[in-house]
Amino acid sequence: MTQPILVIENLHAGVEGREILKGVSLTIHAGETHALMGPNGSGKSTLAAVLAGREGYTISKGRVDYLGKDLLELAPEDRAREGLFLAFQYPVEIPGVNSTYFLKAAYNELQKHRGEPELDAADFLVFVKEKVKLLDLDDDLLKRAVNEGFSGGEKKRNEIFQMAVLEPKLAILDETDSGLDIDALKIVAQGVNKLRRPDNAQLLITHYQRLLNYIVPDFVHVLHDGRIVRSGGRELALELEERGYDWLTQEAGAPGK
Amino acid sequence: MPDADGDPLGGLPATDFPPFTLPGGVHGLAVKPMSTSTDTITGIVESDYKYGFVTDIETESAPPGINEDIIRLISEKKKEPEWMLEWRLKAFRHWLTMTPPAWPKVHYPPVDFQDIIYFSAPKKQGTGPRSLDDVDPKLLETYEKLGIPLRERGRLAGVALDAVFDSVSVGTTFKKQLGEKGVIFCSFSEAVQEHPDLVRKYIGSVVPPADNFYAALNSAVFTDGSFCYIPKGVRCPMELSTYFRINAGKSGQFERTLIVADEGSYVSYLEGCTAPMRDENQLHAADEEGKGGIFNFVTKRGHCKGRNSKISWTQVETGSAITWKYPSCILQGDNSVGEFYSVALTNNYQQADTGTKMVHIGKNTRSTIVSKGIAAGRGQNTYRGLVKVQKGATNSRNFSQCDSLLIGDKCGAHTFPYIEVKNTSSRVEHEATTSKIGEDQIFYCNQRGLSTQDAMNMIVNGFCKEVFRELPMEFAVEAQKLLGVSLEGSVG
Repeated sequence: MTQPILVIENLHAGVEGREILKGVSLTIHAGETHALMGPNGSGKSTLAAVLAGREGYTISKGRVDYLGKDLLELAPEDRAREGLFLAFQYPVEIPGVNSTYFLKAAYNELQKHRGEPELDAADFLVFVKEKVKLLDLDDDLLKRAVNEGFSGGEKKRNEIFQMAVLEPKLAILDETDSGLDIDALKIVAQGVNKLRRPDNAQLLITHYQRLLNYIVPDFVHVLHDGRIVRSGGRELALELEERGYDWLTQEAGAPGK
Repeated sequence: MPDADGDPLGGLPATDFPPFTLPGGVHGLAVKPMSTSTDTITGIVESDYKYGFVTDIETESAPPGINEDIIRLISEKKKEPEWMLEWRLKAFRHWLTMTPPAWPKVHYPPVDFQDIIYFSAPKKQGTGPRSLDDVDPKLLETYEKLGIPLRERGRLAGVALDAVFDSVSVGTTFKKQLGEKGVIFCSFSEAVQEHPDLVRKYIGSVVPPADNFYAALNSAVFTDGSFCYIPKGVRCPMELSTYFRINAGKSGQFERTLIVADEGSYVSYLEGCTAPMRDENQLHAADEEGKGGIFNFVTKRGHCKGRNSKISWTQVETGSAITWKYPSCILQGDNSVGEFYSVALTNNYQQADTGTKMVHIGKNTRSTIVSKGIAAGRGQNTYRGLVKVQKGATNSRNFSQCDSLLIGDKCGAHTFPYIEVKNTSSRVEHEATTSKIGEDQIFYCNQRGLSTQDAMNMIVNGFCKEVFRELPMEFAVEAQKLLGVSLEGSVG
């Protein structure tokens, strides 16, 4: 078995005194794609936010080990530089900031962190154009301001594009499928599949199993009321689609919806 | 109050706006406050002002204070002709009868004009350097630190740079190429010596000495600046630029710049001002204004006299404790065009009250105003603009856009647009927005590996994009750096 990329142990976290994660444990190895599913309010997005280091969350218990480092001790930008990437559920607009410029700055932060030479504008342009081609995206994306005036689908695609450029070791996709029509969903899924490698891993956070028709996960976990109540293979997702979440939540002894 | 239509340039109460007398021209004036306290107040300044180094060059300074003898001394040091001295003395006598304006939305302790040094020059200067090779290497180093390597910059960017170090212009590049086109670009002192007729003809024609309090003071004691003359029909072959540099402690820098673009000519001129920080100023500033120790009061005015003429102002204001500046355009010739692009950033306790005046007099005149105000820390940022369309200025257009960006919740942004339209065929549009840098934006950048400071700079620069794209590439880069420096320590 390979060295795990991420080990979450009994993680408790919340906002303003309200506990949302109540003991999450999860281990992800290189080469694996995990899907984290669960009903609304189960804590999926909170887990993504805590892993990426968003402000405003209190961690009361547990630990997260990322590539041998205590993840929770790292500043958000250092987590990113260590190869942790979050594809946002709601990507933010940054008016006036050119996408290519933004990505170059981000990419060069990674390069600096790795002790590699930074790319200048010309070399970077060659590099991103390859990525644009890889994902069948429109070149136009590179000229626009970061997410400014993008449609919902364009924003999600842009997240995957950034992921392709930054080549993270662990990518967390927070509800990347929400709000996408089937064509956009396919493009996004194809992109993610192309980026799967034996030395990286993905954590797909999703409410619906639909995405998993296109990105086939190795493991599926169901989060309910702040705990993972069931883990399994891909067939678990299919079962969820058929039976909904209720049978699991009742089994877990938690108050039903 | 004169009738606005009778007096095309009046019309606003002097208490509301700088008095407006005669058209045209460019002036600069920066006054440094004196320090009174020697208490140690470290910790107030959250981060160092990167451009706050002081160059170790011996300077020759006049004793502090202002009187007729000092003015005579300045004039004598600069070997000026008698008429120039008389002009200065006349301005000084008028200044004595004036009081500082009270209308800008800035607060500062009274400036003691007798505690300012009005003349300071590098000692080794002698007759002045003839070429870049004669320039003290330390001066060149200073410019390097500021990111303006004179030689490289000139060569690479095709920019003719008249570098003003304290009171003496130390190097003028590209003089030869300009000379071939008949363009004169030199220090003001040199122009007084070598082109006295031109200087005498145009000095004060746009901003007369009696225009306002600071203009009068400047007229009396200005020590150097740039002079530029573009002959009829000539398109100036390169961007002209002056970098004002305030170096000697407790010295005022009184710049006077005069640009004359004759009929059918074209010129683009850029002016930058950074100032080193000194402990004394920081100490002084710590109780009231925070760390920016420079007071910056400027009168700038352009006069589009001929038909189809155009003046475009682009300014980036940052670093001063107090900024008070309204580059203006008087659109007198038919079809003339005025533009004003501005970025003003205030951090800590800095205050800026800046904007423009567009006075439409000729037919089919057009003006555009784009103002971007950024307030961080406890900074206060005010846009104050006047758009005035006279009766005869039929079919004129103005578009104004004033955007404010707030960083944190202790700063303020204010917008005071004054609009007067005296005919029915003209159209004036004003748009204003105020936004705040969101934690979401910062976190998004953090998640892509950018530090919070870098994220802030990037967001601010994006906000200013419409103005920066008016600047030639190399100056845009510089402006971005400058904003970055000014934002240091603004992250809570």
